[in-house]
Amino acid sequence: LSALAATVDRNLPMTADLLPLSDAIRSPAVEAEGEAPSFIVELTHFTGPLDLLLTLLREEQIDIYDIPIARIAEQFLERIRTLRLDEAAEYLEMAARLLRIKAQTLLPRHGGDEPWDDPRAELVRRLLEYQQVREVVDVLESRAEGRRQRFAAPRRPFAVPEQVVVGARRFEAALSDLLSAVDRIVRAVRAPTVHAVVPRALDVPGAIEAARALLAGRKRFRWYDLLDVNAETWQVLSVLLALLELARLGECGLRQSATFGAIEITPLERTPVGDGLVAVESGQPPFDTSHDTTGAAA
Amino acid sequence: MTPLAQLLEAALFASGAPVPLEALAALDSDVTPDEVSAAIEELRHHYDEGGHGIELVEIAGGWQLLTRPEYATAIESAQLASRPQRLSAAAHETLALIAYRQPITRADIEEVRGVSAGSILRSLLERGLVDVVGKADALGRPLLYGTTPAFLEHFSLRHLGELPRADELAVALRPPPPPSP
Repeated sequence: LSALAATVDRNLPMTADLLPLSDAIRSPAVEAEGEAPSFIVELTHFTGPLDLLLTLLREEQIDIYDIPIARIAEQFLERIRTLRLDEAAEYLEMAARLLRIKAQTLLPRHGGDEPWDDPRAELVRRLLEYQQVREVVDVLESRAEGRRQRFAAPRRPFAVPEQVVVGARRFEAALSDLLSAVDRIVRAVRAPTVHAVVPRALDVPGAIEAARALLAGRKRFRWYDLLDVNAETWQVLSVLLALLELARLGECGLRQSATFGAIEITPLERTPVGDGLVAVESGQPPFDTSHDTTGAAA
Repeated sequence: MTPLAQLLEAALFASGAPVPLEALAALDSDVTPDEVSAAIEELRHHYDEGGHGIELVEIAGGWQLLTRPEYATAIESAQLASRPQRLSAAAHETLALIAYRQPITRADIEEVRGVSAGSILRSLLERGLVDVVGKADALGRPLLYGTTPAFLEHFSLRHLGELPRADELAVALRPPPPPSP
């Protein structure tokens, strides 16, 4: 209790306590660069906030059942400030938890005889639980080290023989074995998506012919006038190429007044072939680009 | 050595992996399980007494021929075989929790360790040290994890009972002391 009383003086008001946390949020990288070049080593050294906390307690020789929470919270923040923040979210959560416990221990208690729920109890429980895990880890590590020193003959994958002896050995498979087997089969069975690409000859001369006929007879017409309602892709493409060709030859002008608007085709007086006669004002392609241009069949 | 012991020796050498007693008994339909056990014992003695570089070890619910540890360094430096990589401390923590609390969900592992365990679980699954053993009844039916025979093999355990019992661990979960007056 005396430790707690001492911290009351040192750490009021509460805003002062919260500052280190926000500092940790703002400037860990800068500090890490300046004063603690070894912070990456620390990061791999601790497996998590509980590990760090236990290490602090061990260093300070603190009884796990009576943690001077204010001091430990401060040291914890000090340590995590040397960690890179993006990898320290879990540490920040623990820091916040420590500060909350600290705040709770500062609350006045009513009556001397009333049972008091130590706000540290949950943390103590978690630390003890984690410490047990660490003890098992020590056992596991030494056993694994022992096994590492021994070699077995290399495993030979067992292929199912042509004549299966039924009942010779019980078949055993774990759930994940079955799942991955199903996955393999499903992958193998599922028909691959194959597009049959059929080459289709375009009929550009034919389209030019039709366009010239329209040009001769009308002052202006539209792209659609050259196509059936249910024209096929190859026909659309033929008309496109025909119009571009005619524009290049200077036989027609192409004009689009609005983005995605209809393209107006007007006859031009025939002039010698030159550049820049294609009067496509808008940069938009004259037809919907989502059209399948390869004539793909599913 | 008896013919049966010789047969077992050949089978164990051919397998490489730990072979359970039942599988060894299937080698010869005329022998009883007791005879197989006796032959295993004979083989074990043969390796222990005769001065051999390998020995017969009971591991992961079966028997396996393994080289003796004192030759590991020489074998590795001659590049004939290499010791497997050590697992990280975080992986060991995760395995410890799974070993003691199986079947256990990922959330429970994370709750105790205080850090996320997804990537470690994935690599442990890949190495075959743990496996999905079912689904919990809890919300979202989370996967339950448990240890595998490969886990026993990795840690040279005959069975999980060889791990220290929870109440044998030095830090027992005791209730917090009564509050000071």
